[in-house]
Amino acid sequence: MDLSYSPEEIAFRDEVRAFLDAKLPKEMSDVIRAGGELGKEGHDRWHAILNEQGWLAPNWPKEFGGAEWNAVQRHIFEEECAAAYAPRIVPFGLSMLAPVLQKFGSKEQQDHYLPRILSGEDWWCQGYSEPGAGSDLASLKTKAVRDGDHYIVNGQKTWTTLGQYANWIFCLVRTDPEAKQQEGISFLLIDMNTPGIEVRPIILLDGTHEVNEVWFTDVKVPVENLVGEENKGWTYAKYLLTHERTNIAGVGFSQAGLNAVKRMAKAEKHKGKPLIENPHFAARVAQVEIDLMAMSTTNLRIISKAAVGQAPGVEASMLKVKGTIIRQEINDLARRAAGPYAMPFASEAVEGDNMPVGPDYAGPVAAQYFNNRKLSIFGGSNEIQRGIIAKTMLAGG
Amino acid sequence: MNFDLTEERQMLQDTLRRFLRDRYTTETRNTIIDSEAGLSAEIWGELAELGVLGALFSEDQGGFGGAGFDIAVVFEELGRAGVVEPVLDTALICGGLLTELGDDDQRQLVEELIGGALHLALAHSEPGSRYDLDAVETQIVQNGSDIVLNGRKAVVVNAEAADHLIVSAREAGGLSLFVVPSGTAGVSLRGYPMLAGGRAAEVMLDDVQLPESARLGAGGRALSALEAVIARANVALAAEALGAMETATALTREYLLTRKQFGRPIGTFQALQHRMADLLIEMEQARSAVINAAGYLETDQRDKQIASARNLIGRAGRLVAEEAIQLHGGIAMTQEYELAHIAKRIVMTDHRFGDTDYHLERFIELSAA
Repeated sequence: MDLSYSPEEIAFRDEVRAFLDAKLPKEMSDVIRAGGELGKEGHDRWHAILNEQGWLAPNWPKEFGGAEWNAVQRHIFEEECAAAYAPRIVPFGLSMLAPVLQKFGSKEQQDHYLPRILSGEDWWCQGYSEPGAGSDLASLKTKAVRDGDHYIVNGQKTWTTLGQYANWIFCLVRTDPEAKQQEGISFLLIDMNTPGIEVRPIILLDGTHEVNEVWFTDVKVPVENLVGEENKGWTYAKYLLTHERTNIAGVGFSQAGLNAVKRMAKAEKHKGKPLIENPHFAARVAQVEIDLMAMSTTNLRIISKAAVGQAPGVEASMLKVKGTIIRQEINDLARRAAGPYAMPFASEAVEGDNMPVGPDYAGPVAAQYFNNRKLSIFGGSNEIQRGIIAKTMLAGG
Repeated sequence: MNFDLTEERQMLQDTLRRFLRDRYTTETRNTIIDSEAGLSAEIWGELAELGVLGALFSEDQGGFGGAGFDIAVVFEELGRAGVVEPVLDTALICGGLLTELGDDDQRQLVEELIGGALHLALAHSEPGSRYDLDAVETQIVQNGSDIVLNGRKAVVVNAEAADHLIVSAREAGGLSLFVVPSGTAGVSLRGYPMLAGGRAAEVMLDDVQLPESARLGAGGRALSALEAVIARANVALAAEALGAMETATALTREYLLTRKQFGRPIGTFQALQHRMADLLIEMEQARSAVINAAGYLETDQRDKQIASARNLIGRAGRLVAEEAIQLHGGIAMTQEYELAHIAKRIVMTDHRFGDTDYHLERFIELSAA
């Protein structure tokens, strides 16, 4: 049993730190630290910086231009990025679609799409969820009907994250309506500029626009955009979902969030003393920190198994549930720390040439609290994850 | 024991509930939130006409209510519909201070207020004061017969719409209050919308000159009146959160019965049923807490009951808001769905006049005393 990183891992961490120190633009980390959004240009810029370093695709094999890091290295990288307030890497092309193409795509598809993901030429978004099919993904209804050398796609996708920036979407579509639910689904790559596609914004409760509805009306998709075999899309979708689960515990985000809460609670005064010295507030901060310390080790235990090739199964669900509970608790503490200055609408409080409203840390905290309610809903809600855990434990797998 | 509402209060509740259901639809409210003013003058007039403002004052103050249960009835309904109009700030808080401390001229304002012709805002909290009512740094200097105010007030709800601000300041002996007409030289506002609807402003006071007649009550003696009025405001906030929690619970119940996943309504899954059961238990507890706060408002148990109610409502409210969103899934995260606004109202209640922790601490102090 050795709880610390090996000398190689420490050397790797130092390399990552030095890189972030030298290459992460300060104006970018300032925006992330203040709870702001980068927009497409900012994401593209960070994407290009990482690509130049060869670190854009940590999970890809070297033959496709990836860094081929093991799970511990990826974890170290993610933790350091979170601590430095680096932008989140937009995962749709890099860590969702690419593994599917690498395993199931044709040589032509690999040669065409993978370099364009690295270069940033294509921005992918995800067409999985539908209004009637949330955590019950297999009940999706969007149809694709073969017509000569095209599919004709009709239907609606929803919760399409950053779809407003995307020029391509990977979609699950129903190609055999007669088949059982999980059969008869295919995996299609669709150019967002095809006639018949409409992207409509969904404004979230904190006023942000990060998700969209995507509507398909008689959209013609060439058959060569089918990945793998027709009606076998569920297999690829499941494969994709296991890859979506990297950094599922979000330890780095929680650690950064907790540090922010402590900074705020030092600055805020409660009856003349720093809020952090208030026993009730301090107790709540301590509780979540204790949970986070243990989860950080739980996370490393699972990662070190994964690094030697043991794929995480039900443990991923456990990390999802506990990790989101901890992150949401930290968001709640941040909101409370801000006191009455949590009330202004965030964009007003942070932006504009006007005099700022309240301390700079207070503006976004309530909006973040509300926005991060999504953490326990998306990617398979916590109820679904608990179901998986219970089923595995109680039914013996 | 009789926990039924009196006939008058039952009528008030029915009338207000019907009015808001018909008139204050989600769409209407979202339009009001997005508007420059952040409130609807028309709705305000209609609320006044219905007697909603008058119900918050006793007969000798020109109203027809004014007791704890009147406050609870009105604000529960406002909360149920997610009303963003500043009934709390204009009527209950500022109206309360004017009736409590005002001279004849100042009390005239209450009559106008009850008629719907006036807006008011309490400019009391300051950037460093959090929820502490006694933490005021705004100073007055006596300049001959004039008073000069200097300071900054934080998150003053309804400041832009207000015809008069009631401003607190420190002078020898303690806290004082002043009625300051909007547009008085030296008063400047930086207004902004709030996350849960409505508007507030940072209020800067630079050498604001006031006549002695602006003073509300005796110099240096305003704190206990302020505490009494904020106690009433806390009853209102608890009741408002309760009403909003009722809506959140009702929407969630309906959703569990209609939304299908895996071929059946999600309300048939036991894991969700048990969580709904917990919400319903907490709702009953929350209702009792509001009854306690309202019922003991005029007694020496006031402060402890209010601390208790706000702490319980803070905890139950967070649970209900978060679980209602979770049980709905993504749809609850969207701005146009009713629950999004309601959940924000519930949670953000915690940021006015003391959050869950603040009231816990207050409860402990009062219990030890």
